[in-house]
Amino acid sequence: MSEVLALPTRKDEDFRYSDLAALGTVWPVARETIVVAAGEAGSLVVVPEGELVARHLVVSLEEGARFDLFVLNAGHAFGRVAVDVLLGRGAEFRLGAAQLGNGSETLELVTEVTHAEPDAVSRQVVRSVLAGSATGTYLGRVAVARGAIGSDAEQSVRAMLLDRTATANARPELEIYADDVKCAHGCAIGELDASGLFYLESRGLSPAAAKRLMLQAFIAEAFVGAPDEDALAAAAQAALAGLL
Amino acid sequence: MTSLLEIADLSAEVAGKPILKGLSLRVGAGEIHAIMGPNGAGKSTLGYVLGGRPGYEVTGGSVTFAGQDLLALAPHERAAAGLFLGFQYPVEIPGVSNVQFLREALNAQRTARGEAPLSGGEFLKLAREKAGLLRFDMEMLKRPVNVAFSGGEKKRAEMVQMGILGPTLAILDETDSGLDIDALRICGEGINAIMRQPDKAVVLITHYQRLLDYVQPDVVHVLADGRIVRSGGPELAHELEAQGYEATA
Ligand SMILES: Nc1ncnc2c1ncn2[C@@H]1O[C@H](COP(=O)(O)OP(=O)(O)O)[C@@H](O)[C@H]1O
Ligand SMILES: [Mg+2]
Repeated sequence: MSEVLALPTRKDEDFRYSDLAALGTVWPVARETIVVAAGEAGSLVVVPEGELVARHLVVSLEEGARFDLFVLNAGHAFGRVAVDVLLGRGAEFRLGAAQLGNGSETLELVTEVTHAEPDAVSRQVVRSVLAGSATGTYLGRVAVARGAIGSDAEQSVRAMLLDRTATANARPELEIYADDVKCAHGCAIGELDASGLFYLESRGLSPAAAKRLMLQAFIAEAFVGAPDEDALAAAAQAALAGLL
Repeated sequence: MTSLLEIADLSAEVAGKPILKGLSLRVGAGEIHAIMGPNGAGKSTLGYVLGGRPGYEVTGGSVTFAGQDLLALAPHERAAAGLFLGFQYPVEIPGVSNVQFLREALNAQRTARGEAPLSGGEFLKLAREKAGLLRFDMEMLKRPVNVAFSGGEKKRAEMVQMGILGPTLAILDETDSGLDIDALRICGEGINAIMRQPDKAVVLITHYQRLLDYVQPDVVHVLADGRIVRSGGPELAHELEAQGYEATA
Protein backbone atom coordinates (compact mmCIF):
# COMPACT_ATOMS: atom_id res chain seq x y z
CA MET A 1 0.00 0.00 0.00
CA SER A 2 2.68 2.48 0.95
CA GLU A 3 4.31 1.99 -2.44
CA VAL A 4 1.18 2.77 -4.39
CA LEU A 5 0.48 5.85 -2.35
CA ALA A 6 4.00 7.22 -2.15
CA LEU A 7 4.17 10.77 -3.41
CA PRO A 8 6.05 10.83 -6.72
CA THR A 9 9.36 12.62 -7.02
CA ARG A 10 10.80 14.73 -9.80
CA LYS A 11 12.68 11.69 -11.04
CA ASP A 12 9.38 10.23 -12.06
CA GLU A 13 9.03 11.28 -15.72
CA ASP A 14 5.29 11.87 -15.39
CA PHE A 15 5.88 14.39 -12.61
CA ARG A 16 9.01 16.05 -13.91
CA TYR A 17 7.49 19.54 -14.16
CA SER A 18 4.85 19.12 -11.47
CA ASP A 19 4.28 21.22 -8.38
CA LEU A 20 5.05 18.50 -5.85
CA ALA A 21 4.06 20.54 -2.81
CA ALA A 22 0.64 21.16 -4.35
CA LEU A 23 0.42 17.58 -5.50
CA GLY A 24 1.01 16.46 -1.92
CA THR A 25 -2.20 18.19 -0.84
CA VAL A 26 -4.33 16.16 -3.24
CA TRP A 27 -2.37 12.91 -3.15
CA PRO A 28 -3.28 10.11 -3.59
CA VAL A 29 -5.37 10.74 -6.69
CA ALA A 30 -8.30 8.38 -7.12
CA ARG A 31 -8.44 6.66 -10.49
CA GLU A 32 -11.64 7.11 -12.42
CA THR A 33 -12.25 4.11 -14.60
CA ILE A 34 -14.11 4.37 -17.87
CA VAL A 35 -14.83 1.37 -20.04
CA VAL A 36 -16.44 1.70 -23.43
CA ALA A 37 -17.80 -1.65 -24.58
CA ALA A 38 -17.19 -3.09 -28.03
CA GLY A 39 -18.81 -1.05 -30.76
CA GLU A 40 -20.12 1.59 -28.35
CA ALA A 41 -19.33 5.31 -28.33
CA GLY A 42 -18.96 7.68 -25.41
CA SER A 43 -17.78 11.18 -24.66
CA LEU A 44 -16.83 13.16 -21.59
CA VAL A 45 -16.12 16.80 -20.83
CA VAL A 46 -13.73 17.31 -17.93
CA VAL A 47 -13.51 20.75 -16.38
CA PRO A 48 -11.74 20.20 -13.06
CA GLU A 49 -12.76 22.48 -10.24
CA GLY A 50 -10.82 23.76 -7.28
CA GLU A 51 -7.68 25.66 -6.37
CA LEU A 52 -5.60 22.49 -6.15
CA VAL A 53 -6.93 19.63 -8.17
CA ALA A 54 -5.76 16.43 -9.77
CA ARG A 55 -7.75 13.94 -11.81
CA HIS A 56 -6.67 10.60 -13.18
CA LEU A 57 -8.80 8.87 -15.80
CA VAL A 58 -8.19 5.31 -16.85
CA VAL A 59 -9.97 4.62 -20.11
CA SER A 60 -10.32 1.28 -21.75
CA LEU A 61 -11.81 0.98 -25.24
CA GLU A 62 -12.89 -2.42 -26.41
CA GLU A 63 -12.97 -3.51 -30.02
CA GLY A 64 -14.40 -0.84 -32.32
CA ALA A 65 -15.30 1.46 -29.42
CA ARG A 66 -14.96 5.22 -29.63
CA PHE A 67 -14.39 7.78 -26.91
CA ASP A 68 -14.12 11.56 -27.20
CA LEU A 69 -12.60 13.38 -24.25
CA PHE A 70 -12.51 17.16 -23.85
CA VAL A 71 -10.55 18.86 -21.11
CA LEU A 72 -10.51 22.48 -20.02
CA ASN A 73 -7.76 22.89 -17.45
CA ALA A 74 -7.90 26.50 -16.26
CA GLY A 75 -8.01 28.64 -13.18
CA HIS A 76 -6.20 26.39 -10.72
CA ALA A 77 -3.11 27.15 -8.68
CA PHE A 78 -2.39 23.51 -9.46
CA GLY A 79 -4.41 21.55 -11.99
CA ARG A 80 -3.36 18.15 -13.21
CA VAL A 81 -5.22 15.80 -15.52
CA ALA A 82 -3.75 12.39 -16.23
CA VAL A 83 -5.33 10.10 -18.78
CA ASP A 84 -4.34 6.50 -19.49
CA VAL A 85 -5.98 4.99 -22.52
CA LEU A 86 -5.88 1.40 -23.68
CA LEU A 87 -7.11 0.89 -27.22
CA GLY A 88 -8.52 -2.39 -28.45
CA ARG A 89 -8.74 -3.44 -32.08
CA GLY A 90 -10.11 -0.68 -34.32
CA ALA A 91 -10.94 1.54 -31.36
CA GLU A 92 -10.80 5.32 -31.64
CA PHE A 93 -9.81 7.85 -29.01
CA ARG A 94 -9.96 11.60 -29.41
CA LEU A 95 -8.70 14.18 -26.95
CA GLY A 96 -9.23 17.91 -27.25
CA ALA A 97 -7.68 19.88 -24.42
CA ALA A 98 -6.99 23.48 -23.52
CA GLN A 99 -4.85 24.65 -20.63
CA LEU A 100 -5.11 28.32 -19.72
CA GLY A 101 -2.82 29.55 -16.99
CA ASN A 102 -1.92 32.79 -15.31
CA GLY A 103 -0.03 34.01 -12.23
CA SER A 104 2.10 31.21 -10.83
CA GLU A 105 -0.31 28.45 -11.80
CA THR A 106 0.93 25.00 -12.72
CA LEU A 107 -1.22 23.11 -15.20
CA GLU A 108 -0.44 19.66 -16.47
CA LEU A 109 -1.88 17.19 -18.86
CA VAL A 110 -0.26 13.79 -18.90
CA THR A 111 -1.51 11.19 -21.34
CA GLU A 112 -0.46 7.67 -22.01
CA VAL A 113 -2.19 6.09 -24.96
CA THR A 114 -1.51 2.46 -25.75
CA HIS A 115 -2.43 1.01 -29.11
CA ALA A 116 -2.57 -2.56 -27.86
CA GLU A 117 -4.15 -4.11 -30.93
CA PRO A 118 -4.25 -3.38 -34.68
CA ASP A 119 -6.09 -0.59 -36.46
CA ALA A 120 -6.82 1.71 -33.54
CA VAL A 121 -6.82 5.48 -33.98
CA SER A 122 -5.84 8.16 -31.47
CA ARG A 123 -5.95 11.89 -32.07
CA GLN A 124 -4.86 14.44 -29.49
CA VAL A 125 -5.18 18.19 -29.90
CA VAL A 126 -3.71 20.20 -27.04
CA ARG A 127 -3.66 24.00 -26.90
CA SER A 128 -2.10 25.94 -24.04
CA VAL A 129 -2.15 29.64 -23.34
CA LEU A 130 0.18 30.78 -20.59
CA ALA A 131 0.51 34.20 -19.05
CA GLY A 132 2.36 35.64 -16.06
CA SER A 133 4.76 33.06 -14.72
CA ALA A 134 2.40 30.14 -15.24
CA THR A 135 3.70 26.73 -16.26
CA GLY A 136 1.79 24.52 -18.68
CA THR A 137 2.95 21.01 -19.35
CA TYR A 138 1.85 18.36 -21.79
CA LEU A 139 3.50 14.98 -21.52
CA GLY A 140 1.99 12.63 -24.03
CA ARG A 141 3.25 9.14 -24.56
CA VAL A 142 1.86 7.03 -27.36
CA ALA A 143 2.86 3.38 -27.32
CA VAL A 144 2.17 1.10 -30.23
CA ALA A 145 2.44 -2.50 -29.10
CA ARG A 146 4.08 -5.26 -31.07
CA GLY A 147 1.63 -6.50 -33.65
CA ALA A 148 -0.60 -3.41 -33.50
CA ILE A 149 -0.31 -2.88 -37.23
CA GLY A 150 -2.45 -0.26 -38.91
CA SER A 151 -2.26 1.99 -35.85
CA ASP A 152 -2.86 5.66 -36.53
CA ALA A 153 -1.76 8.11 -33.86
CA GLU A 154 -1.64 11.87 -34.07
CA GLN A 155 -0.63 14.52 -31.57
CA SER A 156 -0.99 18.21 -32.30
CA VAL A 157 0.46 20.24 -29.47
CA ARG A 158 0.72 24.01 -29.49
CA ALA A 159 1.36 26.54 -26.78
CA MET A 160 1.13 30.30 -26.79
CA LEU A 161 3.15 32.33 -24.33
CA LEU A 162 1.68 35.73 -23.51
CA ASP A 163 4.57 36.75 -21.29
CA ARG A 164 8.26 36.01 -21.39
CA THR A 165 8.02 34.71 -17.83
CA ALA A 166 5.54 31.94 -18.68
CA THR A 167 6.73 28.41 -19.38
CA ALA A 168 5.44 25.71 -21.68
CA ASN A 169 6.73 22.16 -21.54
CA ALA A 170 5.59 19.97 -24.37
CA ARG A 171 6.80 16.46 -24.85
CA PRO A 172 4.95 14.28 -27.29
CA GLU A 173 6.60 10.87 -27.31
CA LEU A 174 6.22 7.82 -29.49
CA GLU A 175 7.20 4.28 -28.70
CA ILE A 176 6.54 2.13 -31.69
CA TYR A 177 7.03 -1.61 -31.64
CA ALA A 178 5.01 -2.45 -34.74
CA ASP A 179 5.38 -1.98 -38.50
CA ASP A 180 2.92 -0.33 -40.83
CA VAL A 181 1.77 2.36 -38.43
CA LYS A 182 1.01 6.01 -39.03
CA CYS A 183 2.19 8.32 -36.30
CA ALA A 184 2.49 12.07 -36.51
CA HIS A 185 3.25 14.63 -33.94
CA GLY A 186 3.58 18.35 -34.22
CA CYS A 187 4.67 20.59 -31.43
CA ALA A 188 5.05 24.36 -31.45
CA ILE A 189 5.52 26.99 -28.81
CA GLY A 190 5.06 30.58 -29.90
CA GLU A 191 3.74 34.02 -29.29
CA LEU A 192 0.75 35.80 -30.82
CA ASP A 193 1.42 37.10 -34.31
CA ALA A 194 2.23 40.80 -33.89
CA SER A 195 1.13 41.75 -37.41
CA GLY A 196 -2.21 40.00 -36.87
CA LEU A 197 -2.72 41.92 -33.63
CA PHE A 198 -1.93 45.23 -35.29
CA TYR A 199 -4.27 44.41 -38.16
CA LEU A 200 -7.17 43.80 -35.76
CA GLU A 201 -6.31 46.87 -33.68
CA SER A 202 -6.15 49.04 -36.79
CA ARG A 203 -9.82 48.14 -37.32
CA GLY A 204 -10.80 49.37 -33.88
CA LEU A 205 -10.33 46.45 -31.51
CA SER A 206 -8.56 47.19 -28.23
CA PRO A 207 -5.31 45.25 -27.70
CA ALA A 208 -7.08 42.98 -25.18
CA ALA A 209 -10.00 42.32 -27.55
CA ALA A 210 -7.61 41.59 -30.43
CA LYS A 211 -5.66 39.12 -28.31
CA ARG A 212 -8.83 37.49 -27.05
CA LEU A 213 -10.13 36.94 -30.59
CA MET A 214 -6.87 35.38 -31.73
CA LEU A 215 -6.59 33.20 -28.64
CA GLN A 216 -10.19 32.06 -28.92
CA ALA A 217 -9.44 30.90 -32.43
CA PHE A 218 -6.28 29.21 -31.20
CA ILE A 219 -7.99 27.10 -28.56
CA ALA A 220 -11.17 26.51 -30.58
CA GLU A 221 -9.32 23.79 -32.48
CA ALA A 222 -9.30 21.69 -29.32
CA PHE A 223 -13.06 21.81 -28.83
CA VAL A 224 -14.30 21.09 -32.34
CA GLY A 225 -17.10 18.54 -32.10
CA ALA A 226 -17.42 18.65 -28.30
CA PRO A 227 -20.88 17.60 -27.02
CA ASP A 228 -21.64 21.14 -25.89
CA GLU A 229 -19.08 23.02 -27.90
CA ASP A 230 -20.60 26.46 -27.28
CA ALA A 231 -20.72 26.05 -23.50
CA LEU A 232 -17.14 24.81 -23.45
CA ALA A 233 -16.02 27.66 -25.70
CA ALA A 234 -17.80 30.12 -23.40
CA ALA A 235 -16.09 28.67 -20.34
CA ALA A 236 -12.75 28.86 -22.12
CA GLN A 237 -13.46 32.43 -23.16
CA ALA A 238 -14.18 33.42 -19.56
CA ALA A 239 -10.91 31.82 -18.49
CA LEU A 240 -9.08 33.59 -21.32
CA ALA A 241 -10.45 36.96 -20.23
CA GLY A 242 -8.67 36.39 -16.91
CA LEU A 243 -5.36 36.07 -18.75
CA LEU A 244 -5.53 39.41 -20.57
CA MET B 1 -11.25 74.14 -46.90
CA THR B 2 -10.99 72.46 -43.51
CA SER B 3 -7.92 70.35 -43.25
CA LEU B 4 -8.80 66.82 -42.14
CA LEU B 5 -5.23 65.56 -41.96
CA GLU B 6 -2.23 67.73 -41.39
CA ILE B 7 1.20 66.14 -41.33
CA ALA B 8 3.99 68.54 -40.46
CA ASP B 9 7.68 67.76 -40.81
CA LEU B 10 7.20 64.12 -39.85
CA SER B 11 10.25 61.97 -39.22
CA ALA B 12 10.15 58.30 -38.36
CA GLU B 13 12.50 55.37 -38.15
CA VAL B 14 12.20 51.63 -38.34
CA ALA B 15 14.72 49.42 -36.56
CA GLY B 16 16.88 52.48 -35.97
CA LYS B 17 16.91 53.43 -39.66
CA PRO B 18 15.46 56.84 -40.61
CA ILE B 19 12.74 56.33 -43.25
CA LEU B 20 10.53 59.42 -43.14
CA LYS B 21 12.66 62.54 -43.20
CA GLY B 22 10.55 65.62 -42.68
CA LEU B 23 7.36 64.76 -44.56
CA SER B 24 4.60 67.33 -44.77
CA LEU B 25 1.14 66.84 -46.24
CA ARG B 26 -2.28 68.49 -45.89
CA VAL B 27 -5.44 66.71 -46.88
CA GLY B 28 -8.69 68.66 -46.84
CA ALA B 29 -12.14 67.20 -46.26
CA GLY B 30 -13.70 66.08 -49.54
CA GLU B 31 -10.32 65.58 -51.21
CA ILE B 32 -8.63 62.62 -52.79
CA HIS B 33 -4.85 62.60 -52.81
CA ALA B 34 -2.60 60.18 -54.61
CA ILE B 35 0.90 59.40 -53.40
CA MET B 36 3.26 57.86 -55.91
CA GLY B 37 6.95 57.15 -55.62
CA PRO B 38 9.68 54.61 -56.10
CA ASN B 39 9.90 51.38 -54.12
CA GLY B 40 11.48 51.86 -50.74
CA ALA B 41 10.61 55.58 -50.63
CA GLY B 42 8.66 55.18 -47.39
CA LYS B 43 5.06 55.07 -48.64
CA SER B 44 4.02 52.03 -46.62
CA THR B 45 5.98 53.37 -43.66
CA LEU B 46 3.88 56.53 -43.82
CA GLY B 47 0.72 54.41 -43.69
CA TYR B 48 1.99 52.36 -40.76
CA VAL B 49 3.12 55.45 -38.85
CA LEU B 50 -0.32 57.00 -39.32
CA GLY B 51 -1.92 53.72 -38.19
CA GLY B 52 0.36 53.50 -35.14
CA ARG B 53 2.10 50.23 -35.90
CA PRO B 54 4.53 49.18 -33.14
CA GLY B 55 8.15 49.44 -34.26
CA TYR B 56 7.54 52.49 -36.43
CA GLU B 57 8.98 55.17 -34.24
CA VAL B 58 8.16 58.81 -34.74
CA THR B 59 11.26 60.91 -34.12
CA GLY B 60 9.91 64.32 -35.02
CA GLY B 61 7.04 66.37 -36.38
CA SER B 62 3.32 66.20 -35.79
CA VAL B 63 0.14 64.74 -37.21
CA THR B 64 -3.24 66.33 -36.62
CA PHE B 65 -6.34 64.43 -37.64
CA ALA B 66 -9.75 66.03 -37.33
CA GLY B 67 -8.30 68.45 -34.80
CA GLN B 68 -6.73 65.73 -32.62
CA ASP B 69 -3.10 64.81 -32.06
CA LEU B 70 -3.18 61.53 -33.96
CA LEU B 71 0.19 60.35 -32.68
CA ALA B 72 -1.04 60.45 -29.08
CA LEU B 73 -3.69 57.81 -29.83
CA ALA B 74 -3.38 54.01 -29.73
CA PRO B 75 -4.13 52.22 -33.03
CA HIS B 76 -7.69 51.28 -32.02
CA GLU B 77 -8.37 54.83 -30.89
CA ARG B 78 -7.21 56.12 -34.27
CA ALA B 79 -9.72 53.78 -35.91
CA ALA B 80 -12.50 55.05 -33.64
CA ALA B 81 -11.47 58.59 -34.53
CA GLY B 82 -12.21 57.71 -38.17
CA LEU B 83 -8.93 56.46 -39.66
CA PHE B 84 -8.78 53.41 -41.90
CA LEU B 85 -5.58 51.87 -43.20
CA GLY B 86 -5.81 49.66 -46.26
CA PHE B 87 -2.86 47.29 -46.11
CA GLN B 88 -0.49 46.65 -49.00
CA TYR B 89 -0.34 43.09 -47.67
CA PRO B 90 -3.53 42.29 -45.75
CA VAL B 91 -2.80 39.94 -42.85
CA GLU B 92 -4.26 36.44 -42.60
CA ILE B 93 -5.82 35.58 -39.24
CA PRO B 94 -6.68 31.88 -38.99
CA GLY B 95 -9.82 30.97 -37.10
CA VAL B 96 -11.21 34.51 -36.80
CA SER B 97 -14.12 35.15 -39.13
CA ASN B 98 -14.46 38.44 -40.98
CA VAL B 99 -18.03 38.88 -39.81
CA GLN B 100 -17.22 38.21 -36.16
CA PHE B 101 -14.21 40.49 -36.06
CA LEU B 102 -15.81 43.31 -38.06
CA ARG B 103 -18.89 43.36 -35.88
CA GLU B 104 -16.74 43.54 -32.76
CA ALA B 105 -14.51 46.17 -34.31
CA LEU B 106 -17.39 48.33 -35.52
CA ASN B 107 -19.17 48.12 -32.18
CA ALA B 108 -15.96 48.92 -30.30
CA GLN B 109 -15.59 52.02 -32.49
CA ARG B 110 -19.22 52.99 -32.02
CA THR B 111 -19.01 52.54 -28.26
CA ALA B 112 -15.88 54.68 -28.15
CA ARG B 113 -17.76 57.42 -30.03
CA GLY B 114 -20.73 57.20 -27.69
CA GLU B 115 -22.97 55.54 -30.33
CA ALA B 116 -25.16 52.52 -29.66
CA PRO B 117 -23.71 49.19 -30.84
CA LEU B 118 -25.39 47.45 -33.79
CA SER B 119 -27.39 44.30 -33.18
CA GLY B 120 -26.46 41.11 -35.02
CA GLY B 121 -29.25 41.69 -37.53
CA GLU B 122 -28.37 45.33 -38.15
CA PHE B 123 -24.74 44.43 -38.62
CA LEU B 124 -25.47 41.66 -41.12
CA LYS B 125 -27.67 43.99 -43.14
CA LEU B 126 -24.85 46.53 -43.30
CA ALA B 127 -22.28 43.85 -44.15
CA ARG B 128 -24.48 42.45 -46.91
CA GLU B 129 -24.96 45.90 -48.41
CA LYS B 130 -21.23 46.68 -48.46
CA ALA B 131 -20.27 43.22 -49.72
CA GLY B 132 -22.78 43.74 -52.53
CA LEU B 133 -21.17 47.05 -53.40
CA LEU B 134 -17.84 45.28 -53.90
CA ARG B 135 -19.48 42.17 -55.46
CA PHE B 136 -17.93 40.20 -52.63
CA ASP B 137 -19.48 36.87 -51.71
CA MET B 138 -21.16 37.11 -48.31
CA GLU B 139 -20.19 33.48 -47.65
CA MET B 140 -16.52 34.44 -47.97
CA LEU B 141 -17.09 37.11 -45.36
CA LYS B 142 -17.99 34.36 -42.90
CA ARG B 143 -14.61 32.71 -43.41
CA PRO B 144 -11.41 33.51 -41.51
CA VAL B 145 -9.87 36.90 -42.19
CA ASN B 146 -7.93 36.82 -45.49
CA VAL B 147 -7.11 33.11 -45.12
CA ALA B 148 -7.05 31.34 -48.49
CA PHE B 149 -8.17 34.55 -50.23
CA SER B 150 -6.44 35.36 -53.52
CA GLY B 151 -4.48 38.61 -53.73
CA GLY B 152 -7.42 40.32 -55.42
CA GLU B 153 -9.95 38.92 -52.94
CA LYS B 154 -7.89 40.26 -50.05
CA LYS B 155 -7.95 43.75 -51.54
CA ARG B 156 -11.67 43.59 -52.19
CA ALA B 157 -12.27 42.26 -48.67
CA GLU B 158 -10.39 45.29 -47.36
CA MET B 159 -12.72 47.60 -49.28
CA VAL B 160 -15.70 45.74 -47.79
CA GLN B 161 -14.15 46.32 -44.34
CA MET B 162 -13.80 50.00 -45.19
CA GLY B 163 -17.43 50.15 -46.25
CA ILE B 164 -18.60 48.55 -43.04
CA LEU B 165 -16.41 50.62 -40.74
CA GLY B 166 -17.23 53.90 -42.52
CA PRO B 167 -14.07 55.91 -41.81
CA THR B 168 -13.62 59.60 -42.50
CA LEU B 169 -10.06 59.18 -43.76
CA ALA B 170 -8.76 56.16 -45.65
CA ILE B 171 -5.07 55.60 -46.34
CA LEU B 172 -5.07 52.95 -49.06
CA ASP B 173 -1.69 51.34 -49.64
CA GLU B 174 -1.46 49.84 -53.13
CA THR B 175 -5.05 48.68 -53.07
CA ASP B 176 -4.74 48.19 -56.82
CA SER B 177 -1.91 45.67 -56.72
CA GLY B 178 -3.09 42.13 -57.34
CA LEU B 179 -6.35 43.23 -58.97
CA ASP B 180 -7.43 42.19 -62.43
CA ILE B 181 -9.15 44.72 -64.67
CA ASP B 182 -12.68 43.97 -63.50
CA ALA B 183 -11.74 43.93 -59.83
CA LEU B 184 -9.87 47.20 -60.33
CA ARG B 185 -13.01 48.86 -61.65
CA ILE B 186 -15.15 47.37 -58.86
CA CYS B 187 -12.71 48.57 -56.19
CA GLY B 188 -12.41 51.98 -57.80
CA GLU B 189 -16.17 52.40 -57.88
CA GLY B 190 -16.37 51.08 -54.32
CA ILE B 191 -13.87 53.66 -53.10
CA ASN B 192 -15.87 56.42 -54.79
CA ALA B 193 -19.18 55.19 -53.38
CA ILE B 194 -17.85 54.84 -49.84
CA MET B 195 -15.41 57.71 -49.54
CA ARG B 196 -16.24 60.43 -52.06
CA GLN B 197 -18.18 62.63 -49.67
CA PRO B 198 -17.71 66.21 -48.53
CA ASP B 199 -16.65 65.23 -45.01
CA LYS B 200 -14.34 62.36 -45.98
CA ALA B 201 -10.96 62.05 -47.64
CA VAL B 202 -8.70 59.44 -49.21
CA VAL B 203 -4.96 59.08 -49.58
CA LEU B 204 -4.27 56.57 -52.33
CA ILE B 205 -0.80 55.10 -52.45
CA THR B 206 -0.25 53.65 -55.90
CA HIS B 207 2.28 53.03 -58.63
CA TYR B 208 -0.14 53.18 -61.51
CA GLN B 209 -2.44 55.57 -63.30
CA ARG B 210 -5.01 52.81 -63.86
CA LEU B 211 -6.63 53.10 -60.39
CA LEU B 212 -6.62 56.87 -60.74
CA ASP B 213 -8.69 56.49 -63.91
CA TYR B 214 -11.52 55.38 -61.65
CA VAL B 215 -10.73 57.35 -58.52
CA GLN B 216 -9.70 60.73 -59.85
CA PRO B 217 -7.36 62.51 -57.46
CA ASP B 218 -7.50 66.19 -56.68
CA VAL B 219 -3.82 66.26 -55.82
CA VAL B 220 -0.92 63.97 -56.77
CA HIS B 221 2.28 63.82 -54.70
CA VAL B 222 5.63 62.23 -55.28
CA LEU B 223 7.19 60.67 -52.20
CA ALA B 224 10.91 60.02 -52.52
CA ASP B 225 13.45 59.28 -49.82
CA GLY B 226 11.05 59.97 -46.98
CA ARG B 227 9.70 63.31 -48.19
CA ILE B 228 7.06 64.74 -50.48
CA VAL B 229 9.28 66.11 -53.24
CA ARG B 230 6.65 67.27 -55.66
CA SER B 231 2.91 67.91 -55.75
CA GLY B 232 0.59 68.72 -58.60
CA GLY B 233 -2.76 68.10 -60.20
CA PRO B 234 -3.99 64.87 -61.81
CA GLU B 235 -1.77 65.52 -64.82
CA LEU B 236 1.30 64.80 -62.67
CA ALA B 237 0.30 61.14 -62.46
CA HIS B 238 0.22 60.90 -66.25
CA GLU B 239 3.57 62.57 -66.47
CA LEU B 240 5.06 60.17 -63.92
CA GLU B 241 3.63 57.19 -65.71
CA ALA B 242 5.11 58.36 -69.01
CA GLN B 243 8.50 59.51 -67.76
CA GLY B 244 9.22 57.69 -64.51
CA TYR B 245 10.16 59.17 -61.16
CA GLU B 246 13.74 60.11 -61.96
CA ALA B 247 12.89 62.44 -64.80
CA THR B 248 10.32 64.31 -62.71
CA ALA B 249 12.12 64.47 -59.38
N1 LIG C 1 10.07 46.38 -40.65
C1 LIG C 1 11.12 46.93 -41.27
N2 LIG C 1 12.37 46.66 -40.85
C2 LIG C 1 13.43 47.22 -41.47
N3 LIG C 1 13.34 48.05 -42.51
C3 LIG C 1 12.12 48.34 -42.98
C4 LIG C 1 10.94 47.80 -42.40
N4 LIG C 1 9.88 48.27 -43.07
C5 LIG C 1 10.37 49.06 -44.03
N5 LIG C 1 11.71 49.11 -43.98
C6 LIG C 1 12.57 49.90 -44.88
O1 LIG C 1 12.03 51.17 -45.00
C7 LIG C 1 12.17 51.67 -46.31
C8 LIG C 1 10.83 52.13 -46.81
O2 LIG C 1 9.98 51.00 -46.97
P1 LIG C 1 8.46 51.15 -47.37
O3 LIG C 1 7.84 52.17 -46.51
O4 LIG C 1 7.88 49.80 -47.38
O5 LIG C 1 8.58 51.70 -48.85
P2 LIG C 1 7.53 51.76 -50.02
O6 LIG C 1 6.20 51.38 -49.48
O7 LIG C 1 7.59 53.18 -50.49
O8 LIG C 1 7.99 50.83 -51.08
C9 LIG C 1 12.80 50.55 -47.11
O9 LIG C 1 14.17 50.82 -47.22
C10 LIG C 1 12.56 49.33 -46.29
O10 LIG C 1 13.60 48.42 -46.48
MG1 LIG D 1 4.89 49.84 -49.93
